Amino acid sequence: MPPRTTSALLYLDGVSVSFDGFRALNNLSLAVEPGEMRAVIGPNGAGKTTMMDVVTGKTRPDEGDVYLDGMYDLTGLDETEIAELGIGRKFQKPTVFESHTVEDNLLLALKSDRRARKTLLWRESAEVTARIGRLLDLTRLSAVRDRLAGGLAHGQKQWLEIGMLLAQEPKLLLVDEPVAGMTDAETRQTVELLKEINRDRTIVVVEHDMAFVRDLDVKVTVLHEGSVLAEGSIDQVSSNERVIEVYLGR
Amino acid sequence: MTGSPLIRALDRVGVVFLVLLAIIAVAVPLGNLLVPPSSPWHVSLYFVSLFGKYVCYAILALAIDLIWGYCGILSLGHGAFFALGGYAMGMYMMRQIGTRGVYANPLLPDFMVFLNWKELPFYWHGFQYFAYAALMVALVPGLLAFVFGWFAFRSRVTGVYLSIITQALTFALMLGFFRNNFGFGGNNGLTDFKDILGFNVQSAETRSALFAASVITLGLGFYLCRAIVASKLGKVLIAIRDAENRVRFLGYRVESYKLFVFTLSACMAGIAGALYVPQVGIINPSEFAPGNSIEAVIWVAVGGRGTLIGAVLGAILVNYAKTTFTSGTLAPYWLFVLGGLFVAVTLLLPRGIVGTAEHWWRGRGPKTRGNGVAPAGVADPHPAE
Repeated sequence: MPPRTTSALLYLDGVSVSFDGFRALNNLSLAVEPGEMRAVIGPNGAGKTTMMDVVTGKTRPDEGDVYLDGMYDLTGLDETEIAELGIGRKFQKPTVFESHTVEDNLLLALKSDRRARKTLLWRESAEVTARIGRLLDLTRLSAVRDRLAGGLAHGQKQWLEIGMLLAQEPKLLLVDEPVAGMTDAETRQTVELLKEINRDRTIVVVEHDMAFVRDLDVKVTVLHEGSVLAEGSIDQVSSNERVIEVYLGR
Repeated sequence: MTGSPLIRALDRVGVVFLVLLAIIAVAVPLGNLLVPPSSPWHVSLYFVSLFGKYVCYAILALAIDLIWGYCGILSLGHGAFFALGGYAMGMYMMRQIGTRGVYANPLLPDFMVFLNWKELPFYWHGFQYFAYAALMVALVPGLLAFVFGWFAFRSRVTGVYLSIITQALTFALMLGFFRNNFGFGGNNGLTDFKDILGFNVQSAETRSALFAASVITLGLGFYLCRAIVASKLGKVLIAIRDAENRVRFLGYRVESYKLFVFTLSACMAGIAGALYVPQVGIINPSEFAPGNSIEAVIWVAVGGRGTLIGAVLGAILVNYAKTTFTSGTLAPYWLFVLGGLFVAVTLLLPRGIVGTAEHWWRGRGPKTRGNGVAPAGVADPHPAE
C-alpha cells in the first residue's frame, strides 16, 4: 500500500470540472477528517452534487487530486471500484429497488462478495438475517420488511436508502439531501439517525434545509460557484458577510 | 428463504408446469406412434411437427425473457443466435448426407460441388461428428454474444441504442449468410437433410423423438432460468433492470452480470435453433431477418415478461394464432393482427397474460410475498426498457 500523504479520510485538492465551458467545480479543496460529520451547503449550482459525482467516480475531474485515506487516488477509478474501497452514496432522489422487498433491498446492499459467480450460489445465513434485522431496527422499517420498496412512503424510502448505505459498511457516507420532502418529525428523526451512524462512520451531508443543518450541529462548508466560500460552525458561516450576500442576493 | 438454491428455485406453479411438460413429452409421441389413426386419441404427425416447432420458439422466448424481463436488456437480435444454432445443426446434417446427395460427393455438400469448390472450408471440419456439432450449437452463439456484450456493456450501451445495434447485428449476419462465398449455401441455406444420429429425419419415430427432446429441453431451460432468477444473482438482475446506477454505486460490476445472462441466453437460443432445424428440414438466411427477432419479443410481451411461464405461453399462443390465420383467407392481414396485438397488449395488458393473472391473484391473497422469488414485472410498466 502506498504511504499516507494526509491524515484526512477524504481529501480534495484543486479539483476543477467543466461541462461545455461551464465550470461546475473551480479549484475546489476540501478535507474531511476520519470520524467527522461534515455538512456541505450552497445555493443551486454551487457544485455540491458535482463534488459527489467526482468522489464516487461518476464524473472525472479535469484537474486536481481526490484521495481516500490519503492513499487511494479516486480520479482513475470507476463507480464500482470506489464503492468497493468503502464510499457509499445516497442520491438526491431516493433510489431504491422498487420491485424488491425492503428486506431484499438491504440484502443486496449488505457487504458481501459482489462477483456474479458468488451471488449465483449464495445462501442466506443466520448472520445475514441478524444483520438485516439490526438495520431494519435502526431505520425503523421492521414493520414493513416484506413490503415492496416501491410502495413505501417518501420518508421511508429515504431511510431505506440510508439503511442500504449502512449495509455496505462504508468508511465514508455521502448523503445528498436526505430530508428533501420530509415532514418536520421525519427530519428530526433523520438528524438522530445520522448522529447515531456518525458514532462509527464518517459522513458528508449535502443539504439545503438550514434548520436541519443547524440541528446536525457540525462543521459546515459553504460552496459557491464551484469552490469553498466559507468553512466553520453554522454560527460562524451564517454571520459571514460573503455567505449572507450569496444566499440573500446582492 | 433458506435452503438450497436448487430446491428454492421452484414454486408450486413451477412444479405444476414441469409436470405438465413431462406429461406432454411422453403423451404426444405415444399418441402418435402407438394409438391407431382411427382412434380419437391419435395425435397426427402434422400436430407433432407443428408443436415441436412451437416448443423451439418457446425456448427462444424463455431466453429472451431471462434478459429482457429480469435484466431489462431488450435484444432485438436474438433470432441471430437461434439461427446460428440452427446452422450448426444444419451443417452436421449436411455432412451426414454423404454420397446420397445429387452430386454424390462423399465430402462436399451439394451446394459446394455446384459452386465448383474443391475442398471443404476449414470451418466445416468436425461437423461430421454429432458431439462436435452439439457443442458448436451453444458455443458459437455464446461466443458471439460474449464478444458483442463485452463491448456493448462495457461501453454502457443501454436501452434503445442496444436494441438498435442488436438489430444491426442480425441484419449484418443475414447479409453475410446470403452470400454464396460465405460457405453456408447462400440464399438456399442448408436443406435436403437425410438423417440425424443415423435416424431418418422424416420418420414418425424421429419426429416424435425430436418433439420429446424439445419439450425436455424446454423443461430444463425453464428450471435453469428459474434457479437463476430465484438466486441472489436474480435479485441483482432485477435491481439492474430497475436502477442500474444504484447497483453500480453498491459496488456490483453491472457489466459482468449483464454479460453472464446475455451469453447464457444466447446459448439457450442457439440450442432452440438446433432443435428447430431438424424438425422443419431447412435453415436459410431468412431466419436472421430482423422481423423474426422482433416477433419473438412480441411473444414474450404478450405472455408476460418477467414471468418465464408467460414467455412459453406467449410463444405457443401467438404462433398457433399465426398458423391458424395464415392458412385461411385472412392470411394477408396477419401482420396487421400481430402489430395490433402488440399495441393492444402494451396498452391494455402491460404485464402480459401471465403477469396480469399473477397480479390479480396476488391482489386477492395476503399482501406479502409467498416465496423467495421476486414478483418481477410489478413495477416498470414501460414496454421497452
